[in-house]
Amino acid sequence: MRWVPEAPEATAGTPPDVEGLAIESLVRAAAAGAPPDGGAVDAFLEGRDVPVVEGSRVTFLYRGTADDVRLRHWVYGLPTEGSLHRLPGTDLWYDVLDLPEGSRMEYKFEVVRGQDVEWIHDPLNPHLARDPFGANSVCHGAGYSVPEWTLPDPAAARGSLEDRVFRSRALGGARRVTIYRPARFRKTRRYPLLLVHDGGDYLAYAGLQTVLDNLIHRLEIPGLIAALMHPPDRMEQYRGSEAHSRFLVEELIPDLERSLPLRGTPASRCLMGASLGAVATLSTAVRYPRTFGHLLLQSGSFAFSDIGGHGRGPVFDPIAEFVNDYRRSPGKVADKVFVSCGMYESLIYENRSLVPVLERTGMDVRFVEARDGHNWENWRDRLREGLSWLLPGPLWLVYD
Amino acid sequence: MSVVLLGPLDDRSLVGVEVARLRGAGRVGLITAGWQEWEDQDHWLREAVGGAVVNLELYRRAETVWAHDREFAEAHAALQHRVRLLRRAYNARLERAMDAWIALERWHGDEGVLADEREAARSAVADLDRHHLDRIGEFRGEFDARWRPTERELVARERHAVAGLLDGVDVVVVAGGHVPLLLNRLRLFDLAPLLEGRHVVAWSGGAMALTERIVLFHDSPPWGPGHAEVGEVGLGRVPGVVALPDGRRRLRLDDPGRVGRMARRFAPDACLVLDPGARAEWSRNGWSVGQALRLAPDGAVAPARDVA
Repeated sequence: MRWVPEAPEATAGTPPDVEGLAIESLVRAAAAGAPPDGGAVDAFLEGRDVPVVEGSRVTFLYRGTADDVRLRHWVYGLPTEGSLHRLPGTDLWYDVLDLPEGSRMEYKFEVVRGQDVEWIHDPLNPHLARDPFGANSVCHGAGYSVPEWTLPDPAAARGSLEDRVFRSRALGGARRVTIYRPARFRKTRRYPLLLVHDGGDYLAYAGLQTVLDNLIHRLEIPGLIAALMHPPDRMEQYRGSEAHSRFLVEELIPDLERSLPLRGTPASRCLMGASLGAVATLSTAVRYPRTFGHLLLQSGSFAFSDIGGHGRGPVFDPIAEFVNDYRRSPGKVADKVFVSCGMYESLIYENRSLVPVLERTGMDVRFVEARDGHNWENWRDRLREGLSWLLPGPLWLVYD
Repeated sequence: MSVVLLGPLDDRSLVGVEVARLRGAGRVGLITAGWQEWEDQDHWLREAVGGAVVNLELYRRAETVWAHDREFAEAHAALQHRVRLLRRAYNARLERAMDAWIALERWHGDEGVLADEREAARSAVADLDRHHLDRIGEFRGEFDARWRPTERELVARERHAVAGLLDGVDVVVVAGGHVPLLLNRLRLFDLAPLLEGRHVVAWSGGAMALTERIVLFHDSPPWGPGHAEVGEVGLGRVPGVVALPDGRRRLRLDDPGRVGRMARRFAPDACLVLDPGARAEWSRNGWSVGQALRLAPDGAVAPARDVA
């Protein structure tokens, strides 16, 4: 039977089971009326990676004076406003969560001092994941490590980036697109085309340039040209907008295929995106079937309301309308579709539901779930499997 | 004449050592077509080999042929299209045949029954491999009979130029790279007769191209495990081996089941792992092997003291 300490003063809720964990001795001492002093807490934290990952159990720690400290995370299904427990007689706060092997979790602390409420990064954890809204602290569960192919490899030559501005009649204005060319680019060669929704975010937060450089260097994907889109208003364009699809297929692709050495066949085109970008990807492929041989859909916001409501607010109505239509009358719009989603996202239900719909059309579908949330590093970590499956490189044919 | 097969050149000076041992007063010919558009980026190789060196430029010559003999280029593209379809069909059948073999290997029961069934499953895979190579051979035979590549003006001209360059060459170095593409260029210009009477030093993909049967392999590609496949008939300059460059990285050598199946599938040929630093030399005295590993039917991986 596991030992559970007495509930500490000044915090609500049942304190966690700490038996067998590193923090057990401190909790036991405090419960016995001999709380550790500052030096003992210092010694406990010295050289220790925080949060403390011990198998599937993770101890989150915060040190400082506060009236309350809450763990804010985005793991769907777990309560997100639980308070940490203050170790009596100390300024150390703790809580323990079960986090299955291979998990990756982003979080912040909500620190309450009187009337002041502040969301902060975990001061004891140097690992941060950035996104368009700022950054979160990251907990790497047991068995998770940052994939080495996402890190700069000195042996991999770097591709180049070039910004271009396209005039769009469909969207009524200028659109910026960044062109990625692989290292050792040759005008005499014909390249596949990868079109990336939210391309700027993929570069900034998912390390896309490094990932492409590495995968090409390892022959896991072919040398390719990527067009990285920067939508000025993704909430509008990426909710299944007809104008966006028209811009992409009738304006951008023809322009790229005129000005760059591209193969120009459906089999050589891959369209991808995450979240709303995945909606934009699928809706464009549905409007222009067989234009893209390959689709990469990451954590798509595929809300539907043909069974009850979608429950995501009116901003999702046009998406639900599109998804409902596609569920009612699905068509084969590409040859291969890679779908990924985090198990800790609320969208896992929608994505799981989409997979059999896609499969019924005769498309070759691969669905991958990860113990992660709706975030850019989850999408980064799935790129190798997705891109190399959709666009396999010459690894099988080249022996240097 | 010797043919030296090497693994990947982590130590680039190795190729120079082998060439120095074999060369006489003549020049050294380079075949770097497996590097495709980057064929001419051979500065380091020229430096490693030293002395008089000439690159045969087979990739560039083939591009010239394709660019100017459109009818022939289109016919060749159509052939390649047929070969790709054939490969897809082969892989579809291979996947099921291999899965059946692997499943039977894991079964437990009356060995009096299962042993013969396992052997039949292995034999079915080997038959499928043979069938695939035969079909490719048929396609290429039909193509050669119809188009007579070496008699086409541009091909003949480029081949004549290559033959001229080879005059006075006593060692030819064949670099690794894209094996099917390299082999296509070697075949297009009918290089095999031109290499006769010359020493050849080849590494990785170049070494594969010189064998009788090219096996394409990788046990852990990122898109999921696949089965090794026979790719093409090679030039056949060396007998009795399946060359597996960089095997320690590309193969799961710690999996006796996979190792044993590969050895039994391609028997009686020897599956020779050519890791960096490995060499195997074929001469009139037979095989002389240094540091290369050999896959054994029982799943062991041991130094390849001999190949026969």
